[in-house]
Amino acid sequence: MSLFVIIYFIALVAASCLAAYYKQRSAFVLLFSLTLISFVLGIVGGAGALRFVAISAGLLAFAAGVSYCFREFLVVIAPTALGKELKTAPLTAAFGMFIIFTYAIAGIFAPWIAPFGESEVIASAFAPADDTMLLGADQLGRDMFSRIIYGARNTVGLALSATLAAFFMGAFAGLLAATRGGWLDQVLGRAADVIMAIPSLIFALLMLSIFGPQVFVIIVAVAIIYAPRVFRLTRAVAGNVVVMDYIEAAKLRGEKTGYLIRKEILPNATAPLVAEFGLEFCFVFLLVAGLSFLGLGIQPPTADWGSMVRENATLISFGEITPLIPAAAIALLTVAVNFVVDWMLFRSSGLKE
Amino acid sequence: MSDKFKNAPVLLKIKDLRIEGYSEETWVPIIKGVDLTLHRGEVMGLIGESGAGKSTIGAAAMGFARDGTRISSGSIEFDGMELTTASEGEKRALRGARIAYVAQSAAASFNPAHKIIDQHTEAPLHYRIQKRLAAQEDAMELYERLRLPNPKEIGFRYPHQVSGGQLQRAMTAMAMACRPDLIIFDEPTTALDVTTQIEVLAAIRDIVDQFNTAAIYITHDLAVVAQMADTIKVLLKGEEVEQAPTAEMLDNPQEEYTKSLWAVRSFQRPQKARPQGATPLVSVQHVDASYTGGDKVLDDVSFDIHEGMTVAVVGESGSGKSTTARVITGLLPPTQGGVMFKGEALPPSYKDRTKDQLRQAQMIYQMADTALNPKVRISEIIGRPAQFYSGLSGTKLKARVDELLDLIELEPSKYYNRYPPELSGGQKQRIGIARALAAEPSFIICDEVTSALDQLVAEGILKLLDRLQRELNLAYMFITHDLATVRSIADEVVVMQHGRVVEAGPKDVMFTPPHHPYTDLLLSSVPEMDPNWLTTLLEERGVDNVGEAADV
Repeated sequence: MSLFVIIYFIALVAASCLAAYYKQRSAFVLLFSLTLISFVLGIVGGAGALRFVAISAGLLAFAAGVSYCFREFLVVIAPTALGKELKTAPLTAAFGMFIIFTYAIAGIFAPWIAPFGESEVIASAFAPADDTMLLGADQLGRDMFSRIIYGARNTVGLALSATLAAFFMGAFAGLLAATRGGWLDQVLGRAADVIMAIPSLIFALLMLSIFGPQVFVIIVAVAIIYAPRVFRLTRAVAGNVVVMDYIEAAKLRGEKTGYLIRKEILPNATAPLVAEFGLEFCFVFLLVAGLSFLGLGIQPPTADWGSMVRENATLISFGEITPLIPAAAIALLTVAVNFVVDWMLFRSSGLKE
Repeated sequence: MSDKFKNAPVLLKIKDLRIEGYSEETWVPIIKGVDLTLHRGEVMGLIGESGAGKSTIGAAAMGFARDGTRISSGSIEFDGMELTTASEGEKRALRGARIAYVAQSAAASFNPAHKIIDQHTEAPLHYRIQKRLAAQEDAMELYERLRLPNPKEIGFRYPHQVSGGQLQRAMTAMAMACRPDLIIFDEPTTALDVTTQIEVLAAIRDIVDQFNTAAIYITHDLAVVAQMADTIKVLLKGEEVEQAPTAEMLDNPQEEYTKSLWAVRSFQRPQKARPQGATPLVSVQHVDASYTGGDKVLDDVSFDIHEGMTVAVVGESGSGKSTTARVITGLLPPTQGGVMFKGEALPPSYKDRTKDQLRQAQMIYQMADTALNPKVRISEIIGRPAQFYSGLSGTKLKARVDELLDLIELEPSKYYNRYPPELSGGQKQRIGIARALAAEPSFIICDEVTSALDQLVAEGILKLLDRLQRELNLAYMFITHDLATVRSIADEVVVMQHGRVVEAGPKDVMFTPPHHPYTDLLLSSVPEMDPNWLTTLLEERGVDNVGEAADV
């Protein structure tokens, strides 16, 4: 038996005993059942399996630690009212915020952080990782790490502007439809139905093949695809607000639609809209990455996570995980945004788990 | 009166009950040590303002703590069984079978997807007390005893197919299904009209008598509790104020707080007569109205409101009171007739009215919660009409808001920057009044402004409205179904039924017989503080036809 296995079991049993002694029931049950499972795992999978468990647990603990610290950090630097809210955030939300924060830094300061330019050829094709290239080189010999950093700027920036565009269009139309009602509501609603009836990817491909794959076209196409969802949500939320007596009072006062939307309805609709924004952002992000993967998104040599997956896809058959790194970057951001959105939804709707 | 229970065995004994609620990350006490002893067959009335902990105690009597609350200490002993330590399974076996609960809104408590009788027989079947057919027959018998029309058939209807009063009685019948030892009535008649309330009260009282069931009757209406309860317990902010047998409590309340509760209905103000020969401020003339595509909701409604006077519009729900208000404000253009303001015809839709016409007629709503935007500061809520109509801004606007806050007796510096959810119900209603006043109107429509408030708070609002009327020479159209309110502040009364004006005239005339039969029904249905009022009334009306009173 290797030293690692002995230490592994001693640590687990000691932790279980401590948990039991301090009456931490759930922690104890978790730790001890992990010990029991480890017996079986150790026999079946050997030391390797145990090492995997240990590393996973360590990573999880590390992520939890980072999230905890980041939350405390935010509480300290935020103003008191906001700090109080942040204190109630679960660790998952803090983790999400940390990831988003990291991506934002990477995207904004990309030229300073990245060691090489995004289209700079510095090595041979598919060169393995070394001291200067953290993640090796891609199919043209460009530094993978630098391209991921630049990708944060390009892909996330594009997705963000597309989401914002979709949001402004959808929310404005939704608010207008809810306040005005009547034929305007019908026209906007049916228009939204028509757009939603067309499969989104096909619609995007169509638009991009007609107008060419420019950034502006991508943004507009994606915004048109996602605006109807925002429209529907906004209309539903605003519809509930519009029937309130205070809206009636404002109408009887003779207020114009602009005032009604801005001052009376919007403040009551922000919480679900912000949550929806996060959710929508994930979908848009995935669609943009998908378009790039198909070669119709951001065009080379601009670094972009979706196309990076495609360009390096051949490596996967050689057992290299390089093409999965940009995919993992996409996955991580989507999960992080969802964590934050879950927390916001929880706060805005009082949703119980 | 409670002497007769001295020898009866104790059914429920609550000792030093403390309940806490979780808010803003700490446990706040809601119930601060309440004792309660209930004998078999005894009816105890729990009264107090909202937030006094009445409903919480009612739920605790079943061993139940609502979400976000916990029973922190004390004991609840039901028929020898300690509920605070009982397991969930034991408590579940008690509920429904031995303790039943009748909620405030029967409409919200029945499942709309099942027939009434199926919901009724659910508990007896579940506890294997009766077979389905036996349970159904028993249900029909109970319906008959509760004087529901057509007892053999009514149970096979869905909840939306029967009226509110009938549903409330069906709910009481359902509570009786397992012949429980204790029923908890949580404001069972608060949501009902006075005429319907009588039937439900009579039905509840009879059935509780017949089966010798003990009951806890929770309400904020003293007159109601006087009819129902053997003992009355007064609560204030989670603490007991006093407890005494009903007659004793009514005649001779000991504590200051109880006395103030009793005195609420004494507010009166002198009646004003109509000025001679003046044009009415608002004149509703032969108005017919209907909602899109529906039947006529208003049928030839006419009445006048003169400057500085209060006209009360009364009637049960569905009689067209609020629709009349919507016609006057222009939200619902009439199909026939029109509204005159100071002798000039008002455009039928509010969209066509001028700023000044809109300014002159303001509205105060029933539910202050929905009438104030929760995300807008008080200063903005009150300041906006002043800014909108009078073009005030900057320091002038602030001065005006301060003045208005002073007028409604709220301290400006304290409330200026608050949001509506941070205020109590009465304060919110005051803000609603201030918003109406900010427009400097000459006419205000008050739509059930006091019906959602506790009696003490409601009286404060009425006094405030009265003071404002004198100071600012306002005319009120006061929509209400509460005749006690009418008695205290109205100058003239308009009685409405089925969208028609049944009777109208000065208050003193209206309150002296002879009346129109409907007015008479309304007037005699208002509960009085006399504990024998219900008995006397039922004798007068004849017990058997009371069930049909609402169908007049």
